[in-house]
Amino acid sequence: MIQLDDVSLAYAGRTGPVLALEGTSISVAKGEFAAVVGPSGCGKSTLMKLVTGLVKPTKGQVAVNGAPVTGPVKLAGMAFQNANLLPWRTVTENLMLPLEIVEPYRSNFRRNKDEYRARAETLLDTVGLKGFGDRFPWELSGGMQQRASLCRSLIHEPALLMLDEPFAALDAFTREELWCVLRDVWERLRFTVVLVTHDLREAAFLADTIHVMSARPGRIIDTRKVDFPRPRSLDVCYEPEFSALVLSLRNKIAEVRQS
Amino acid sequence: MTNRQIEALAPWIFTLGIFVFWEAAVRLLNVSSVVLPAPTEIFAAMHRYSVPLLKNSFVTLWTTLAGFALAVGFGLLRGLFVGWSRTIYRGLYPVMIGFNSIPKVAVVPILVMWFGIGEVPAILTAFLISFFPIVVNVATGLATIEPELEDVLRALGASKLDVMRKVGIPRAMPYFFGSLKVAITLAFVGTVVSETIAANAGLGHLMVQAGSNFQMPLVFAGLLLLAIEGIGMYAVTAWLEGRMTGWAFRSQQSAGG
Repeated sequence: MIQLDDVSLAYAGRTGPVLALEGTSISVAKGEFAAVVGPSGCGKSTLMKLVTGLVKPTKGQVAVNGAPVTGPVKLAGMAFQNANLLPWRTVTENLMLPLEIVEPYRSNFRRNKDEYRARAETLLDTVGLKGFGDRFPWELSGGMQQRASLCRSLIHEPALLMLDEPFAALDAFTREELWCVLRDVWERLRFTVVLVTHDLREAAFLADTIHVMSARPGRIIDTRKVDFPRPRSLDVCYEPEFSALVLSLRNKIAEVRQS
Repeated sequence: MTNRQIEALAPWIFTLGIFVFWEAAVRLLNVSSVVLPAPTEIFAAMHRYSVPLLKNSFVTLWTTLAGFALAVGFGLLRGLFVGWSRTIYRGLYPVMIGFNSIPKVAVVPILVMWFGIGEVPAILTAFLISFFPIVVNVATGLATIEPELEDVLRALGASKLDVMRKVGIPRAMPYFFGSLKVAITLAFVGTVVSETIAANAGLGHLMVQAGSNFQMPLVFAGLLLLAIEGIGMYAVTAWLEGRMTGWAFRSQQSAGG
């Protein structure tokens, strides 16, 4: 699904070019849940922009679905640390935003508006926001806004979901709750996910594969398969194998931060 | 009386208080009405000259509104144009600053030479002076879209036009309606400045005429009417702002929830 071959990216900084990524190779299969972890400032977010075609690599090749990426990929759903909902739209209208842009929904938007509205409400139901569709985003708590943001990234049933620390601003309980929401949606639809995070437990709980990045310039220095059976419950986080995995990831990152 | 009622009445009580204080001061200190007329004299002048005052206020009102309408139309278009891309924003901003820093009084004689004495220079002065805040506000609203939100849309394949229509323009609306409050007041200043320099009608013109005849109560009557018109137009734009973009105020109140 996603193939990065020896990709480097430099951008113009104030004191000359800054190398954000160097010689990064990564491969994510269709339907795979991949997580990227690493120290802060290692170019994780740059990786997201590369995959979605928002920036072009200075060197190397990015391919999505077998075709080289030359512009915005047009099929990805994205969610970030900030929910970024539009305050002048109700929650349902916010969810319908991608449908106003992505084909084939876009051309039929007026005709199928009621159907899309129903679809938005069904999706809200699955993340526990039933009945909040007519509220405005600022009437919702941070966790609820983040759920809505997740729904917005999923409404057009993207083949690829890009998440950039989507739960970082939430409290621990809400975060774990949303892990389960994401897990359930993914179990049902099995789209490809790239989750960028600095929360190792989050990566270990959700992902099939964890890629560890080095400090800037970022490179993938380690790739771990996570073999805990699915569907996983939160209890898995308290098993010794889980703790061992998190600990070894932690050591790996501590190691690359030093160097 | 509840606190809320007192709060609602407070502006009227204060206005009345100022007039009472003014009247008392003029009477006690025996100030000549050529220097500072008492409010009662001003109201008497208003009553006596009600027809010319109303006629001239109307001229001032419609020229201001015409200039303001031009400023809104062109300001909105120009703001959208400037806010469209960073390059245009960067390139045009200094030019606009330079243009805006010219005192508009200095432009009036030129306008009079071009269009003759009358309403046209007043309208154009009002337009020139109130145009700038609208452009700047609309452009700023557009230019400060959250980059992440733009990424979300672009990753969906949205064009620049889509991003502007779905996010940029609605987002710039609170800025736009906010700027109208500033612009209408400035437009008013522009009209009166132009009328004082060269016009054959309007409150500014009337005040200059009355001043040269030492009819101070009439000058102050004109001043009072200017204040009333100014407050009225401000109130209308403020109401419009709350009406059109109430979400911006409410979302600020409960941000973060």
